[in-house]
Amino acid sequence: MQNVKDSLLHCHRLDKPIFRRGSGNDPLISFQSLGAHEYPEFVKIVEVGPRDGLQNEKEIVPTEVKVQLIDRLSDTGLSVIEATSFVSSKWVPQMADHTEVLQGIRKSPNVRYPVLTPNMHGFQNALAAGATEVAVFGSASETFSRKNINCSIDESMLRFEEVLNAAKDQQIPVRGYVSCALGCPHEGPIDPSKVTEVAKRLYEMGCYEVSLGDTVGVGTPGSMAAMLRSVTREVPCRALAVHCHDTYGQALANILTALQMGVCVVDSAVAGLGGCPYAQGSSGNVSTEDVLYMLHGMGIQTGVDLSKMIAVGDFICHSLNRKTNSRVAQARGSQL
Amino acid sequence: MFMTEVYMLYHLVNYENANVNVNWLDSSKRLPDRVKIVEVGPRDGLQNEKTIVPAETKIRLIDMLSDSGLSVIEATSFVSPKWVPQMADQMEVMKGIRRKPGVSYPVLTPNLKGFQAAVEAGASEVAIFGAASELFSKKNINCSVEESLQRFEQVMVAAKAAGVPVRGYVSCVLGCPYEGKVAPAKVAKVAKRLYSMGCYEISLGDTIGVGTPGGMSEMLEAVSKVVPVGALAVHCHDTYGQALANILVALQMGVSVVDSSVGGLGGCPYAQGASGNVATEDVVYMLHGLGIQTGVDLPKLMDAGAFICHSLNRRTSSKVSQATHCKL
Repeated sequence: MQNVKDSLLHCHRLDKPIFRRGSGNDPLISFQSLGAHEYPEFVKIVEVGPRDGLQNEKEIVPTEVKVQLIDRLSDTGLSVIEATSFVSSKWVPQMADHTEVLQGIRKSPNVRYPVLTPNMHGFQNALAAGATEVAVFGSASETFSRKNINCSIDESMLRFEEVLNAAKDQQIPVRGYVSCALGCPHEGPIDPSKVTEVAKRLYEMGCYEVSLGDTVGVGTPGSMAAMLRSVTREVPCRALAVHCHDTYGQALANILTALQMGVCVVDSAVAGLGGCPYAQGSSGNVSTEDVLYMLHGMGIQTGVDLSKMIAVGDFICHSLNRKTNSRVAQARGSQL
Repeated sequence: MFMTEVYMLYHLVNYENANVNVNWLDSSKRLPDRVKIVEVGPRDGLQNEKTIVPAETKIRLIDMLSDSGLSVIEATSFVSPKWVPQMADQMEVMKGIRRKPGVSYPVLTPNLKGFQAAVEAGASEVAIFGAASELFSKKNINCSVEESLQRFEQVMVAAKAAGVPVRGYVSCVLGCPYEGKVAPAKVAKVAKRLYSMGCYEISLGDTIGVGTPGGMSEMLEAVSKVVPVGALAVHCHDTYGQALANILVALQMGVSVVDSSVGGLGGCPYAQGASGNVATEDVVYMLHGLGIQTGVDLPKLMDAGAFICHSLNRRTSSKVSQATHCKL
């Protein structure tokens, strides 16, 4: 068994192709060629496990476990870890301890800890708790917007503009999210032009990056490509991220497509934390471990240590008393 | 509960057809319009399951798969039951299944003896299994790669004489559990030999699922120099979650035959508890979402998956099935 394990590790380390420098779509990003495609040389991982992950877990996790999770993630090489959410605890009880978490974590100098802020009230609380980066959450679907945050897309944009203005004054960077980018649990398929409209608004109001979320994981490389082709006409590629859910197993193929189209920021959650609230018992977020495995195998750098990430996944799954959703962790763990 | 299931199926159908004819690459990198799925669940799947299922369950599974629109269903294996007890009922299965017109039911035949038994049982297509790794060949079939190819040549001669088409497999194309990295040139060499000796199609298997899109494209580049891409198939395992991404890259390089297993049947014998074959449902979902035709009826396929998982008393490995039948 030891021989097999060593061989597998050996195999993974050596699964790096020879590549040459390509020009890519954006002169500000370095690309490499692999086969017929060009890929970014570096991809930034935005770890959303402690927020998007834990928010969608059945078990409510004690503050000290959240803090430990984030501290361990801080040591893996990640540069962005979404720490918590300043949404009312009436709506998201799992994030009720937002202030204690933000004040309890060890803030590593090379890591940023953005937090969600749905409105001015949330923003002010986040600021008071020491937040130095925030995120706002729009939707490409009217119905989803109304059901999820109780207002229309336009109304939500007005709220975000307030947050953006206040954030500018405080020099707090703001990241924008667009949910239902590839489909809505209520409306079905979403027109790419709608995603573009919302993404453009968020970008123009001052979000430095817009994360396009396949909220129910229904997207496939076809719909991902069509959506990105539309959005990249209005928002530069370097300001885009993809947030793919793995509910239908399509996440890595969708992420690969996004990389082929010049996106170089990927959201994921350690151990694939966070089920899908629209399909009970199904998976939600794509696992950071599986994303890292793919990227590293392609010679794409991330700065993140996969073995350390697997260990963090083990820790949180043990605390939650649940199995990991990461196939890499399952395969590696099973040989130990 | 019923309405939620109907609701989920409604969305599934809508999303399947949501994007037709989308090509984000230039014409030299077009995706195929049609992909042939080779369903390996009843053989590669069940062979690697802990629970041994009775012949009648296997027969029912294959019959249900026949009704789902698949055109190729690997039915069983004529390997000695001493080595693969799960396939001991090979004769019974072969004779018990309903042969749907237009559907092919290939069986594995490791050597001439297996081939003869297969033909006697009514097989009209067979498959032979080579490896790109010497160590794997020795440990798996107890002989070197060269020795195995010589055995296969005997099968090819007999198959030609009997007018039976033969499919060739190459395992460990992206990595070996014993040797680690496998050189693309080695894969190309074995694939070329199988193709030259008369195999109509060569299925390239990522046996332990360690491959990623980079390795896949490098390997395919080497192989497609010596075997026409139209005669290639990919057989990706999902042990590290990479299967669909690897399949996508293969499609982008012109491959239009994909092996998969209903329900993702068949774990990985080299990583206990880990997944093995990629789930047919998840592959079909991706292909249909890309506007690629397969001829497969996804709901009927999921029914077959639900049936066999229930018989095996295990959860499906297909994410599409989990999302759609999550309340069952």
